[in-house]
Amino acid sequence: MTSSVNTRPLHLRWSSVGLVIAGGFIGTLVRYLVSIALPEWGGMPWPIFLINVVGAFILGWLLEALARRGPDVGRRRALRLFGGTGVLGGFTTYSTFAVGTDGLFVTGDVWPGIAYAVATVLVGAAASLAGILLGARGARAHGVEEPDS
Amino acid sequence: MTGVWLALAVALAGGVGAACRMMLDGVIKERVRVPYPLGTTVINVTGSLVLGFVTALAGPLGPWAVVLGTGLLGGYTTFSTASYETVRLAQEGRWRAAVANGFGMLVVALLAAALGLWLGALVA
Repeated sequence: MTSSVNTRPLHLRWSSVGLVIAGGFIGTLVRYLVSIALPEWGGMPWPIFLINVVGAFILGWLLEALARRGPDVGRRRALRLFGGTGVLGGFTTYSTFAVGTDGLFVTGDVWPGIAYAVATVLVGAAASLAGILLGARGARAHGVEEPDS
Repeated sequence: MTGVWLALAVALAGGVGAACRMMLDGVIKERVRVPYPLGTTVINVTGSLVLGFVTALAGPLGPWAVVLGTGLLGGYTTFSTASYETVRLAQEGRWRAAVANGFGMLVVALLAAALGLWLGALVA
């Protein structure tokens, strides 16, 4: 017989919540500091673009590297929740991206706004893919062939 | 609330937002069993709506607009996971789902943010 704590789904366990809060704290702090340190040159919200693309690249690498090293349990799961869901999830943001794009539309920069939004999605996807490929390569270099699942 | 205290409040709010994201995504995955990353879409669209509202009220909210906007909603919504899931769908050959997750989410989030900005301007 297991206790009610262990039968609780992963996303409602205090250990998971704690890891994600700690990671989200760090990721959000870094995003906040980067966004006040970097200027918005050319009237475009480039700091958020940079944050999202860099975060997408690292998350792709992390999730692929973890998946190739074994099943999502123990330390790997803790690292995914802390680093992936927490740090990188908190570092990158969709809401600021969306409101920032609408801000360009409001000021009449309709085509720059569309270009900015489309570029974010496309460059972000390319960064995710590059991260995944790097994670797979790193795992192969360590003698790991395919994910367990 | 300025400087270090503001930064800490923003970071703490971001941690709470990230935990809300994990819990809501988990609940949605549990209840709505579809082979599509619906949770991230719901999170990013609702977060964009509320950030629009908060942004329109930035004046009266003062530093709380930063704590709620950059902190809570910035931590709640995520770009990296959305982008990762788009690429995964594309890798599975599910191109329409990938386009929906990439550009469909974008269009709906932009509309949600605009609605939030409009509602906030009504209240402000």
